[in-house]
Amino acid sequence: MAEDDDDIILSELDDDELTAQMMDDLYDGLKEEIEEATRILLDRGWTPYDILTKALVAGMTIVGNDFRDGILFVPEVLLAANAMKGGMSILKPLLVETGAPRMGKMVIGTVKGDIHDIGKNLVAMMMEGAGFEIVDLGINNPVESYLEAAAREEADIIGMSALLTTTMPYMKVVIDTMKEQGIRNDYIVLVGGAPLNEEFGRAIGADAYCRDAAVAVETAKDFIKRKHNQVGA
Amino acid sequence: MTDALSRLLETRDWLMADGATGTNLFNMGLASGDAPELWNADEPAKIAKLYSLAVDAGSDLFLTNSFGGNASRLKLHNAQNRVRELNRLAAEIGREVADKRDRPVIVAGSMGPTGEIFAPMGTLTHELAVEMFHEQAEGLKEGGADVLWVETISAPEEYKAAAEACHLAGMPWCGTMSFDTAGRTMMGLTSQAMVTMVEKLPHPPLAFGANCGVGASDLLRTVLGFAATGTERPIIAKGNAGIPKYVDGHIHYDGTPELMAEYAVMARDCGATIIGGCCGTMAEHLVAMREALETRPRGERPTLEDISAKLGGFSSEDDGLGEGGAKRERRGRRRG
Repeated sequence: MAEDDDDIILSELDDDELTAQMMDDLYDGLKEEIEEATRILLDRGWTPYDILTKALVAGMTIVGNDFRDGILFVPEVLLAANAMKGGMSILKPLLVETGAPRMGKMVIGTVKGDIHDIGKNLVAMMMEGAGFEIVDLGINNPVESYLEAAAREEADIIGMSALLTTTMPYMKVVIDTMKEQGIRNDYIVLVGGAPLNEEFGRAIGADAYCRDAAVAVETAKDFIKRKHNQVGA
Repeated sequence: MTDALSRLLETRDWLMADGATGTNLFNMGLASGDAPELWNADEPAKIAKLYSLAVDAGSDLFLTNSFGGNASRLKLHNAQNRVRELNRLAAEIGREVADKRDRPVIVAGSMGPTGEIFAPMGTLTHELAVEMFHEQAEGLKEGGADVLWVETISAPEEYKAAAEACHLAGMPWCGTMSFDTAGRTMMGLTSQAMVTMVEKLPHPPLAFGANCGVGASDLLRTVLGFAATGTERPIIAKGNAGIPKYVDGHIHYDGTPELMAEYAVMARDCGATIIGGCCGTMAEHLVAMREALETRPRGERPTLEDISAKLGGFSSEDDGLGEGGAKRERRGRRRG
């Protein structure tokens, strides 16, 4: 370990080095460094949207992949998401001002009858870390609370979580209600929770089952991209 | 050494624990979303039935209906001021069931996780966690639990806090964690790191191990990880009855009684001393497990290949103990 290990001066790095450093710093969950680097890039004339996508989201993608692959675990990921939020809090007002495209908004909650919320909280934190807006409905949500919140918030995504085999079928109730009301295709429906699997997600008519929080983020990004492409077409 | 579990462990080289609590209670009519612990006061006969199902099926030890009986979880049902009462009742009902038997049956006071994440990412502090677990521990002690049973823990910090709480209550305890993420706990702890942590505790558990997690195969891989450390401390194996499957609008665990019998015998061969089930493990599974443990001889320690051949494949390639621990190539200038 060399003496000058801690002597990185972020402002002296060129853009490529700085964004690479940001990815390392996100990986290490260094919030203050991320905030400083975000300000430096703004000063250099980067658009808020470029900083978000090319530095922060790109860095969180690496974190997400390593989480998915069993190299990083929840504590490291939460620290990284927290560092990301530091950068986001600087960018958020600027993104709105500059009319940058939104990453997307998700209404998320544990389904009716289920009081388990750790998994749901992790997904919410990581989605926020990836730049999504999150409306957290908490535990024990009947179909009405999902649909009212989704309409009120003009959400793109409805996320449902369940830990119990006895409560996971309720996800189908929510999706069936959406079909009855003719609003199923207005939202991307993602489901997750320990006892679920892909087969179940398909069987109940969800857009996707997400194995863990990292997969949820990647899946959400994919669907949002597709949605934008459809609108553009 | 005067506690009932230690005495029983001196006379036996394996014990059978119980199976599912939630799965059984739902079968008895517990509505999803309700706190099972409230039934200790409202439906004591059903809770006595739950315990009896396990004892009748041959369990030497059963866990009380108090898994979510800490202030943090009960708060979700606005019952945070009933921690002491609900835990006391959980143990009292257990005491009555156990004392009617003509063989020793251990009442183990279940203590599940708080559901909170520790600071700095979450709000839980060590002091707060100790306080919550201690309150629960005192209730279980008051009701006559023989031993406290901390289970399904993911964070080492939470395990340590529970250990301290058990010590404050002056109670012997056992503690298991849930290894459900690529062979580690959700917080990244490997089986061997758990052994290291357990052995450093000032008030170590009588026995430690794994419960819940993914399926029976993964659980036994974790037990092999414990055993490989050469620990002398009794190991607990409480695995789920297979993996839940969605078939024709219903959900059932794919572990048959035959599979769980195989699992029980293999768990013993892997080095476990206290063997039981977790989610999806019903009385018929326990009966088959007991019979297998009593009638089948001990065998050699199974290999991973033996386990996957008999119980099914693993959920991840390795469990974080091998060489496969890839690390990210990094600039590495900040932390060296």
